[in-house]
Amino acid sequence: MPVQALACKECGTEYELEARYVCDQCFGPLEVRYDLGSLDAESVKRRIQAGPQNLWRYSDFLPFAQTPKYALPAGCTPLVRAPRLAEALGLRDVWVKNDAANPTHSFKDRVVSVALAKAQELGFQTVACASTGNLANAVAAHAAAAGLESYVFIPADLEEQKILATGVYGTNLVTVRGNYDDVNRLCTELSADREWAFVNVNVRPYYAEGSKTLAYEIAEGLGFELPDRVVAPVASGSLFTKIARGFDEWREVGLLDGETPTMNGAQAEGCSPVAQAFDAGWDICRPVKPDTIAKSLAIGNPADGPYALELARRSGGTIDAVSDDEIRAGIRLLAETTGIFTETAGGVTAATLAKLAARGDIDPDERVVAVITGEGLKTLDAVRGTFEAHEIDASVDSFDAALPAAAAV
Amino acid sequence: MAVTVKIPTQLRSVTGGEGETTVDGAATVGEVLDGLYDRFEGLRDRIAEDGDLRRFVNVYVGGEDIRFLDGLDTSVEDGDEVTILPAVAGGS
Repeated sequence: MPVQALACKECGTEYELEARYVCDQCFGPLEVRYDLGSLDAESVKRRIQAGPQNLWRYSDFLPFAQTPKYALPAGCTPLVRAPRLAEALGLRDVWVKNDAANPTHSFKDRVVSVALAKAQELGFQTVACASTGNLANAVAAHAAAAGLESYVFIPADLEEQKILATGVYGTNLVTVRGNYDDVNRLCTELSADREWAFVNVNVRPYYAEGSKTLAYEIAEGLGFELPDRVVAPVASGSLFTKIARGFDEWREVGLLDGETPTMNGAQAEGCSPVAQAFDAGWDICRPVKPDTIAKSLAIGNPADGPYALELARRSGGTIDAVSDDEIRAGIRLLAETTGIFTETAGGVTAATLAKLAARGDIDPDERVVAVITGEGLKTLDAVRGTFEAHEIDASVDSFDAALPAAAAV
Repeated sequence: MAVTVKIPTQLRSVTGGEGETTVDGAATVGEVLDGLYDRFEGLRDRIAEDGDLRRFVNVYVGGEDIRFLDGLDTSVEDGDEVTILPAVAGGS
């Protein structure tokens, strides 16, 4: 397999494939480098199609010499056509990539798969993470399946569903009095003096690679074709940029023809450092203090912000922000037109798609994919009070009185 | 007046392995860093560029990102703790 080295995204300095995430020379982020020129499109395609029904079918593009043996497979989630959503938005060809259909119900199963496989290969016995919730679920579950010790650090005010769905796996759950950026700073400090694999700190370059598999699945699901446009949420900006990276790698190998899709990033107004920088024309983000119901996107100091900005501009896209009310409406829109119940982050994505359509940014004939990253059952509070239930006695009269429009003719 | 500075592992090769040090007589974060640059050869090039911090370097005073304070002009007092960390961690 063509994995070669770690390389700095800023200055290009190369490093061995070890637990390292920052360039010693310039503090830039490290990324996995591959020799894609060694791959032949037809044989890669055959290997993919003969591969398992999970993300390891894309092993040629993941940072391992051999496909790892893995206990809790993720990926191969549904890519569903959404004609009723399209119609509601005045569009014709809208698809939903439903990544809630993963073992712990979010796209984080992808990144954790790659991070834990690499952590095991490097000999770590303990894994850890700083999380806004979904990552906590995934790290705790995958560590349990692999028999690794785990420590999960989350902001103490997280949604109860996410806390419960983490603790159940028997992890060491640490709730930190502070926001995600405080948790992240703490973990960065802790990682310096412990022999642990922090999935989004010292093994982050590998972790981030997992997000590329979303792009591969979208392209494969479309019959090895590119969509015209992708709408995806932006928190740190890692997922957003890695989706484009996945498409670009397959274009380079010859598995896909055409340009990088237009990339639209979605943020919540209450935590929109990347959208604000996009609007202001900056190439870096000014950190913010998050205040939004979309807690899984509440990263005020986004590590990949500069790269997300660069990608949105290069691909002709945007980074937009939507209000908490728009997020709730986005959750309802997706649920009512596709039958898919997403969490607040998915509400941000759906609301941003609706905003782009209403603004006339999207040609009605474009093939658009909305990336839905998580499950509605994890953020139930967001939809409480957005609809009415009809409480009645167990009698036909009572039913007829409560819902006269549904009375028998 | 002494300020404690926490040095990340990535910079310890230029600080002779030190993970923590103190700087005397500095009134701002910028002066604290200048004190470190004078003491540790090569440090400035690692974290600063054109008189400002590189974009992937975070500096905190008492746990607060200096970009929420006054940047390099943020004042420091005796006993304050300044932490230098890489900015690329985290992710969602």
